[in-house]
Amino acid sequence: MRTVLRSGGQFAVIAALFAAVASFADWPTYRQTPPGSGVVMLSFVHGADRQADCRRLKPEEIAKLPPNMRRVQECPRGRRPLYVELDIGDRVAYRASLPPTGLAGDGPSRVYQRFVLPVGQYDVAIRMRDTARTEGFDHQRADRLALGPDQMFVIDFRPDGNGFIFR
Amino acid sequence: MIGALRSVLRRGFECIERPFDRLFGPALNPLAQLGALGFFFFWVVAVSGIYLFIFFDTGVERAYQSVEHLTRDHWFHAGVMRSLHRYASDLTVVMVVVHLLREFAYDHYRGVRWFSWLTGLPIIAFLYISGITGYWLVWDKLAHYVAIVTSELLDWLPIFGEPIARNFISTGTLTSRFFTLMVFMHIAVPLFMLFMMWIHILRISRPKVNPPRLLAVLSLAALVAVAVWRPAVSQGRVDLAKAPVEVGLDWFFLPLYPLTDLWSKGAVWGFLGAFFLMLGLMPWLPPLRRARPAVVELDHCNGCARCAEDCPYEAIRMVPRTDGLPFPMQAEVNASLCVSCGICMGACPSSTPFRRTEELRTGIDLPDFSLQFLRERVVATAATLTDAPRLLVLACERGGGAGHVGGVVALPCVAMAPPSLIDFILSRDLADGVVVAGCAKSACYHRLGIAWTEKRFAGERDPYLRARVPRERISLIWTSALAAQSFEQELDMFRRKVADLPPPKPRPHAAPAIPRPAAAMPAPAVEEVGS
Repeated sequence: MRTVLRSGGQFAVIAALFAAVASFADWPTYRQTPPGSGVVMLSFVHGADRQADCRRLKPEEIAKLPPNMRRVQECPRGRRPLYVELDIGDRVAYRASLPPTGLAGDGPSRVYQRFVLPVGQYDVAIRMRDTARTEGFDHQRADRLALGPDQMFVIDFRPDGNGFIFR
Repeated sequence: MIGALRSVLRRGFECIERPFDRLFGPALNPLAQLGALGFFFFWVVAVSGIYLFIFFDTGVERAYQSVEHLTRDHWFHAGVMRSLHRYASDLTVVMVVVHLLREFAYDHYRGVRWFSWLTGLPIIAFLYISGITGYWLVWDKLAHYVAIVTSELLDWLPIFGEPIARNFISTGTLTSRFFTLMVFMHIAVPLFMLFMMWIHILRISRPKVNPPRLLAVLSLAALVAVAVWRPAVSQGRVDLAKAPVEVGLDWFFLPLYPLTDLWSKGAVWGFLGAFFLMLGLMPWLPPLRRARPAVVELDHCNGCARCAEDCPYEAIRMVPRTDGLPFPMQAEVNASLCVSCGICMGACPSSTPFRRTEELRTGIDLPDFSLQFLRERVVATAATLTDAPRLLVLACERGGGAGHVGGVVALPCVAMAPPSLIDFILSRDLADGVVVAGCAKSACYHRLGIAWTEKRFAGERDPYLRARVPRERISLIWTSALAAQSFEQELDMFRRKVADLPPPKPRPHAAPAIPRPAAAMPAPAVEEVGS
């Protein structure tokens, strides 16, 4: 009898400890953003133009190259940085010059930014420069956004003719 | 600073362990079985995971549905298994963390124990990777949150060309192949973890990888009860158009995830890196100062292998004889693994203080605490005993008896004292009673010191305590250094008991411990011990 009682006590203690562990397996809940807010995600990957145009090699330059590596053009690998501006409402939410990735700087530039905003209506405008120009922008889009609670509004970019995508 | 932290933690553990010791007994105390329980919960997770995999569908649309199907429609077997899988995973984390803290508190991580400490760190990393990939597979709102935060953290590292977090913020980018990859990781990483668990215990003699059967049964029963009481459920289907802003976090696996909202991703990686670096350096902050390792005296070693059998650190191995004596093997000490606990000396049949040689030598000895030195200390301490009854305390330097005033011979471990030493003390009338005082039973510093001492005294393990030794004049007291009061109480009880005993009958052959020249001693001399 005493052994049974003792084992019962041991079981009760172990079960209580395990119950405490199980409780913390999903409680207390964690809220990442304040109630009544949504998220605007600016995320895309895009490679800007090369830093310089391809150059036609002179015959004497071609002759200097090993026979199996002779080519008529020399194209620099490195890409230009991407310049991006994002306006949300009446303020500039994001403005950055994004360097190319890769050890040789020949990879695409990338951006991944999150903006937590109160629920409401916003004028959103995105602009991007990916060429050698110093003024103006090569791609842009503006729209009116109705941001709902916990909504995730994504601004993406597709270089294959679609340009900026709002979804 | 580290010493103070260790001391505070140790006090905390002892406060918890004492009531656990009373309820469970030292053998079943879960706090003394943390490593074994960690293994046990790992196997529960493995078996339940294999069962769940039968029902799981690795498709982007079907993953959530299949988990819901097993949770709702088949709750009585697969649902319970899901809960077992989840809660046993959480309990593995708890066991690992408490095990780490306890080993730190009891200073079980420095010296030769650095290897187990260091190889435990990859286990922590593998455990967390396993858990995080598991949460990913369910593909509910929590999985969405875990996917985004994990991939944002990974994207901070200059590894991936395209941010992988992009896959989880809009529809159409995620394919079923991703879930196949996740399933592969969720199976492969625990296998790596199991491999590391094997390496973790490689240098430990007789590692506890299975908890006592009753504790295992009670734990499994409690786990099933909790699984039925609070089934693990999903947190709703993923909607990629919605941000997973409110989730029920598993605070055992994901405690750092909220930090990513407070700190930059680089800071979180920096914190993790600094944390693991600090843990990795701890065995040398500061390094443990060790006494010189045990030395084999071949003239007195007959290759019986008892020292190798009893060493808790796998520091002794038996090798072919090199000195021409007619024994096939001899003991060899690996100095880098020896902690100078002296348990080997207590196990050696040549370790008998009855030898009347000028220089008392044995088969395996500690240069800094030799058998001769031990006998001299015992004789000298016994000479100071004046109050009747005369009690001599052989105390572990880490146990409750070490702090007792008067009549104490402190040893690195009580199993260092050969049973013949007790016979020597009582038969030579050096004391009326002998107290062997070690660490608390559930926290033996040298792991096997208490077990070997009890078995030797009970005649279950060589070298035995001879039958002629009056057991009523011996007391074994196992208390921690912080439980000195408890030690004194038990000592008082023993003192009263010995005072009521009739005086011992003088033995006709008993002679004072007078040394005689070493040349007259036969080697090896094993006839003095055993009964």
